[in-house]
Amino acid sequence: MNLDFSPEDLAFRDEVRAFIAENYPQQLRTKSEEGEELSKEDFLSWHRALAKKGWAGIAWPKEHGGTGWTSVQKYIFGEESARADAMRLLPFGLNMVAPVIWTFGTEEQKAQHLPGILSGEVWWCQGYSEPGAGSDLASLRTKAERFTGDDGKEYYKVNGQKTWTTLAQHADWGFFLVRTDPTSKPQEGISFLLIDMKTPGITVRPIITLGGEHEVNEVWLEDVIVPVENRVFHENKGWTCAKFLLAHERTGIAGVAASKRGVEKVKAIARTELDSFGDESAPLLANPFFKRKVAELEIDLAALEFTELRTLAGEASGKGPGPESSLLKIKGTEIQQRITELALEAVGHYGAPYFRGFGEGDNEHPIGPDYAHRAAPTYFNVRKTSIYGGSNEIQRNIIAKMVLGL
Amino acid sequence: MDFNFSDEQTMVRDSVARYLADTYDFETRMKTVHGEAGWNPAVWQAFAQELGILGASFAEDHGGLGGGAVDNMVIMEEIGKALVIEPYLSTVVIGGGFLKRAGGGNADAVIPQIIGGQVVIAFAYAEPQGRYNLADLRTTARRDGSDFVINGHKAVVRDAPFATHFIVTARTGGSQRESGGVSVFLIPADAAGITRRDYPTVDGARASEVYFENVRAAADQLLGDEGGALPLVEQVVDEAIAAVCAEGAGVARRLHEGTLDYARQRKQFGRPIAEFQVLQHRMVDMFMEVEQAVSMTLMATLRLNDADRSKHVSAAKNKIARGLRFVGQGAVQIHGGIGISNELAIGHYFKRASMIESQFGDADFHLRRYESLMD
Repeated sequence: MNLDFSPEDLAFRDEVRAFIAENYPQQLRTKSEEGEELSKEDFLSWHRALAKKGWAGIAWPKEHGGTGWTSVQKYIFGEESARADAMRLLPFGLNMVAPVIWTFGTEEQKAQHLPGILSGEVWWCQGYSEPGAGSDLASLRTKAERFTGDDGKEYYKVNGQKTWTTLAQHADWGFFLVRTDPTSKPQEGISFLLIDMKTPGITVRPIITLGGEHEVNEVWLEDVIVPVENRVFHENKGWTCAKFLLAHERTGIAGVAASKRGVEKVKAIARTELDSFGDESAPLLANPFFKRKVAELEIDLAALEFTELRTLAGEASGKGPGPESSLLKIKGTEIQQRITELALEAVGHYGAPYFRGFGEGDNEHPIGPDYAHRAAPTYFNVRKTSIYGGSNEIQRNIIAKMVLGL
Repeated sequence: MDFNFSDEQTMVRDSVARYLADTYDFETRMKTVHGEAGWNPAVWQAFAQELGILGASFAEDHGGLGGGAVDNMVIMEEIGKALVIEPYLSTVVIGGGFLKRAGGGNADAVIPQIIGGQVVIAFAYAEPQGRYNLADLRTTARRDGSDFVINGHKAVVRDAPFATHFIVTARTGGSQRESGGVSVFLIPADAAGITRRDYPTVDGARASEVYFENVRAAADQLLGDEGGALPLVEQVVDEAIAAVCAEGAGVARRLHEGTLDYARQRKQFGRPIAEFQVLQHRMVDMFMEVEQAVSMTLMATLRLNDADRSKHVSAAKNKIARGLRFVGQGAVQIHGGIGISNELAIGHYFKRASMIESQFGDADFHLRRYESLMD
């Protein structure tokens, strides 16, 4: 047992570092630093660069065009991406629907969808939550009624409403949980459908969140016709896919590498900002109260990192991601939230100015230090992390039941 | 010992609460927030004329109702409950606070105009480098004959875009953080040499960066002693902190009530989420924070004239800053996704709560200040 990287791993790290330095789109970096909303094209620019290199399918098996990387290599890639402030590719296609398709899908579904997901050509969104079905996802009511079309083929007619659908405004396809049997128990009448977002009857409406972002949407489905071939796995067995996918969603959710980078940024701010006490040259990071909070954060992050590494080691030895990943979700999101709290505290007065969402053409450069511009909106926005992907309350229930057997 | 409000205070509270309930609903507020002006002068005129509350905390000699800090507390709590953006804190509590204590011709001339709603004051004290240290001033006021000439940059001046006057802290002597050498001036907002960069704040108010370039002020525009005004600044800011605590208590109350209402209505797993014990305990903890916020606000307000005033004010601000974070985050969490939607009031209470946390110093600042003042 040891913590050292092998010479091969170190060579791999250098290769990743050099590739990101040479290929990460400059305009993406500028926009992220200035807190500008990223366009579809922005997201895709990095996806395409990685796909060209063969590195888009980080967690994909080789047979489907993935990297086939070891856990250590994936870890290194995550670390290097965060170190360079490179964005993570969006998970909806790559990490969520793709594993469902290659695990449960037909050969036709794999051939139709996996290449477009890997290349970034096709943008995916996730149709799960509904206004009445949040933590209790299995109570979802969007219904899909099966019928035979005039062409003699089998179809579903889908009606209902999904919500909190991240970046659905850009989506080409969506994966949806729908109710195909209203008479059975909640979990047993659900199916997993792949739906072309251009199908007539689909309306996407923006939901603006506290920082002024348009990140999530309502998706309305009215008499949306979907061929039966677009269903993954058996009819009424969609919950199996959903559970499988939720476990996958949780493994990446610890966000250790990004949080390490976040702590570094908070420290950099606190070295620049001055303390209110002492002489006028003492940095905030010298304030014992603030410094203590940063130190505790670093320690908690180390605990999370080594817990994640233990989980990864378990996966490498053939144990699939289990309910233990709920621990990573809870602790990971709590740490992400604490980082944004400290950043907002650190910027002082300049946390208050707001520079987005007040009418068109507001393109003046924000006032105050650059690191302060997004501190408050980010603090507000990151409250979502303890709500999404199964709220932290639900995650604790999972640990209580599945791990502790209570 | 008597914790009862006087008949006048009860009347003020009830009339403000009724007026805000009738006219200041969330949609109307958001229209003002997104409007060109960034505040609603008609509301201000109603405060002045219809409700007559702008004079509640001023002496009868100046045309007021003879009240004081408790009246400000009562009004600020209602302001918090309705997320009022109009400038009561900066104009009445802070502007009025300086003028009352400085007395003289400025008080006689300006206080009646505050009460009448003609004057709006913004407090230009913070500077980009200074954080929460009130003495950290690079803005200078240099003597020139009998006048002063002011130069400097004031940061995040709330209500500045529509203020008629600024109250400005500046150095007439001493070094950057020295307690001596601090002076305070009352400056008309349209004085030659003042420029502003206006912007909205994340909690729905308006603020400005205010730049003073060779702005002339006569000696009679000084509030307090030349070079010896830091104790006055500290006193008025402590009064402002007590008022902001009252606003915070009002905000926290609404966050808690809104969360209870939602938890009773929202059904998951076949029953209202209010029935889940884990959420019940969280809402109980939030409730206890709200009650303690009210208590600490009262404590600080009633001790504003004590010798160890600052210690008590810092205790209140620290407690309420921590309480607001707990209550605000809990409210969002229990609401789930809609807690972070901009379309519901709850998120806007959370945003205001988050800004009150650090207004005039965050929890750490006041803990440290308390620690330095405790026995």
